Amino acid sequence: MSADANLRNAVGGLPSPEFDTSPTTLGTPLSEAKVAIVTTAGLKRSGEVELWQPGDGSYTVIPADARDLQLSHFSPNFDRSGIAADLNVVYPIDRLNELADAGVIGSVAERHLSFMGAQFDFASIIQDTAPRAAQELVDDDVDVVIFTPV
Amino acid sequence: MLANVFEQAGITTVNIGLVRGQLETSKPPRALYVEFPLGRPLGRPDDVELQTAVLTTALELTSRDDGPFIVDYPEVIAEEGDEPASCPMPPRHDPDLHPAIDEARGIRNAYQRNVDTTGRTLLGRVASPDVDGVVTLIEQVIRLESGERLDDIGWDSATAIAAGQDIRAYYEEAGLQLADNVVGARSLESWFYSATEAGQLIRRAQKVMKEQGTADDFVVQYILPGTQAR
Repeated sequence: MSADANLRNAVGGLPSPEFDTSPTTLGTPLSEAKVAIVTTAGLKRSGEVELWQPGDGSYTVIPADARDLQLSHFSPNFDRSGIAADLNVVYPIDRLNELADAGVIGSVAERHLSFMGAQFDFASIIQDTAPRAAQELVDDDVDVVIFTPV
Repeated sequence: MLANVFEQAGITTVNIGLVRGQLETSKPPRALYVEFPLGRPLGRPDDVELQTAVLTTALELTSRDDGPFIVDYPEVIAEEGDEPASCPMPPRHDPDLHPAIDEARGIRNAYQRNVDTTGRTLLGRVASPDVDGVVTLIEQVIRLESGERLDDIGWDSATAIAAGQDIRAYYEEAGLQLADNVVGARSLESWFYSATEAGQLIRRAQKVMKEQGTADDFVVQYILPGTQAR
């Protein structure tokens, strides 16, 4: 079995928190929506030298014009060369700008966020960092978030 | 999980997912499953057409309110194989140097060309983002290979794992310039760990740490990709 198939099998059945409801807010039409990216790739800006430890449910804020991003995810178990060649394979900021220019979306948010995936301490994320992260984007009048993994 | 919290805050969300099983258990409101190589959720690097199509497909799901649902992206990027990339390497320059250090110095121009091309580097989490920084990390790994304990060389677990990925980043970015074939997912990873002196040094150091207990299990597990720890 190939490397990716093995990993998909290994992590595919891991437990996840249950939510009583799965809310589906119906937002602004896409052509008017402000869109932000929230990636779980563990991106940090160059110079943010603090290492991302396993179990760290914090997040970083990425200004829309920043491209000096490093892959700080602790796990070595995914391809990194694609991200080295083209940031958009995990953080599609240039594609999002093009969609805004083309009128497909309303605008691109001023700030985007990154968490690190592969988490197990769900409670602190659900009760603390995730609501704070969401509020930051609410404060920026973001309508739509696209989540990207790694 | 994150998506549900963001929706409760009033933001419409859509998830791109690389592991269908995770989407099935975490049940985000709207999900697009992409069967692409792990590490490449938007598809191939520099494939603007595909990346745009994936992003647009995901964003258009925000018009639906019948979630949780999972939509499968119709295009699959088959595993491009774990075959190592073919990267012609410069000949040994200084036989008095450790082969991994001589090798790292030999590909410095390729690394720099890639930095100049992309304007970015993933190197620099625990070393300065240049050949001298990588050489200092390699010198530390040589000490680990010789049986010194992790704390004897002044590293904690997170530093050791990040150092492994820093060395890998330097080589993979040089490899993007050196490869004479199309670089699929994991082909540079396989090249680094199987065909370079530095990659094989890390493998040997991992084996020593595992067998002699000179580092904790976390380092032993994560200083190498699981696929390479055979």
